[in-house]
Amino acid sequence: MKSRSFKRAFADVREAWDHRELWGHLGWQDIKQRYRRSVIGPLWITISMATTALALGLLYSTLLDTPINTFLPYVTVGFIIWNFILGCVTEGTDVFIANEGLIKHLPAPITIHVMRMVWRQVLFLMHNLVVYVIVLAIFFGALDEPYKMTPTGPTNPGLSWEIVLAVPGLVLLAVNAVWVALLFGVISTRFRDIPPVVNSFINLVFFMTPIVWDASILTRVTGGGDVGWRVLVAELNPVYHFVEIVRAPLLGHTVDWHHWVVVGGFTVLGWFAALVILRNYRARVSYWV
Amino acid sequence: MVSIDVWNASVDFPIFDAKSRSLKKLALGKVGGKIESEGRVPIIEALHDITLSLKDGDRVGLVGHNGAGKSTLLRLLAGIYEPTRGHSRIIGKVAPVFDLGVGMDPEISGYENIMIRGLFLGMSRKQMESRVDDIAQFTELGDYLQMPLRTYSTGMRVRLALGVVTSINPEILLLDEGIGAVDAAFMAKARDRLKDLVARSGLLVFANHSDEFLAEFCDKAIWMDEGHVKMFGGLREVLTAYKGFDPFERTHQHDETPVLSGNGGE
Repeated sequence: MKSRSFKRAFADVREAWDHRELWGHLGWQDIKQRYRRSVIGPLWITISMATTALALGLLYSTLLDTPINTFLPYVTVGFIIWNFILGCVTEGTDVFIANEGLIKHLPAPITIHVMRMVWRQVLFLMHNLVVYVIVLAIFFGALDEPYKMTPTGPTNPGLSWEIVLAVPGLVLLAVNAVWVALLFGVISTRFRDIPPVVNSFINLVFFMTPIVWDASILTRVTGGGDVGWRVLVAELNPVYHFVEIVRAPLLGHTVDWHHWVVVGGFTVLGWFAALVILRNYRARVSYWV
Repeated sequence: MVSIDVWNASVDFPIFDAKSRSLKKLALGKVGGKIESEGRVPIIEALHDITLSLKDGDRVGLVGHNGAGKSTLLRLLAGIYEPTRGHSRIIGKVAPVFDLGVGMDPEISGYENIMIRGLFLGMSRKQMESRVDDIAQFTELGDYLQMPLRTYSTGMRVRLALGVVTSINPEILLLDEGIGAVDAAFMAKARDRLKDLVARSGLLVFANHSDEFLAEFCDKAIWMDEGHVKMFGGLREVLTAYKGFDPFERTHQHDETPVLSGNGGE
């Protein structure tokens, strides 16, 4: 049987899906394992997120002179989503290297290791969403009606049924996480310089993405001049679009349709690239780890 | 129908972090695969031009010196390494028992390791739950199964791994040398179970240094040498050629009790 074929690449992904009981179990195990001997266990995930969101929300709402009632939920949700993306990208580069033992000793589709990692990140996200629920309960009054987050920003319609759009948003986020980890995982296994490079640049991406600041700041004209290039800072950053499709519905913002288009495009192109890599180098991973 | 077919398969490892210059000296050594260093990246030819056809009912012993490619061959037969040149076709569910420490998580309990091993071998969680008691009984680990694996001795780990593997119904069973590390009493028990398992499983490939062990389970043998299959045929014939004398004749003359512990591992 030919080793390099799209059929085998698809089979790898399909078989990994058939093994969902395995990676489902392993993903849970990873979380339980991390907090094995701690008293409150996985609650630490929630607590650390709550602390960070509170501190960042207070600091930046003061710095940017925006009302805390709406800015704290904004920072919280943004940071929760960012944490998911960060986890998937950094652990994604390491996904095969870290599973060297399993890869060399048990015949299994390599996508299993990716699914386990993404599932673990999804479980972390679920723990963190508890913080969102708490924040929502506290600031519901401010988010329930039309509001402006910054004086110059657009008026947001407030929370409505559109909150359910966050669900397809989260699904798309996870689907994209799989190809990112497959693609970067295989490349990093061959070229070990990639993980440190990704790790050092990912912080920059955090600051360039509207998470602790609002994208409408970019359009605020200060001292005249063209604002076009400043808008591009956010628009050219793919992470912004991914954050926005989940964050906006959760906060009662309208989701601009172009975010969905960009995310859709990345999903198709990314999966295509990942499948090409999988086709050509799937069988090489066990040689490279 | 269970079968493994390999045609002209080679397994070449690229060594990205080695300087080719220093490796040229190594290429003169006798141990290990041939090292090619003409290209930019040095390559170790672990297996070279392997053609094998194993079918249902074959019970094959694997012998050869250290670095002859026994473990790599087992990984090729398991489908973990797909040949860099040539082709392979593996039909059947493979259960490999290689390095017993790897693939097991030292921090989690024996029970949980049983579960994960089983899931990796293609069992469902329900199937494994119904087998756990049986495995616990066979391994005689008792309450130790609740303890993290890091507290286990090597022999206990072997018991656990053997327990899982022998409880499932593998179609292709691949055993590397490590399983020699259990005590004789357990081995006697494991023997019966292994025999059962071998009878149930379609195909067995077993790397071992112990003649008695090989005689017990295998009727054919492969002699690996420097990444090649030097000989493939009847067990006695291959062992005689490999050792330079007939090991079974000697066993009869001295009436030795088979010594099973210790001489299987490396």
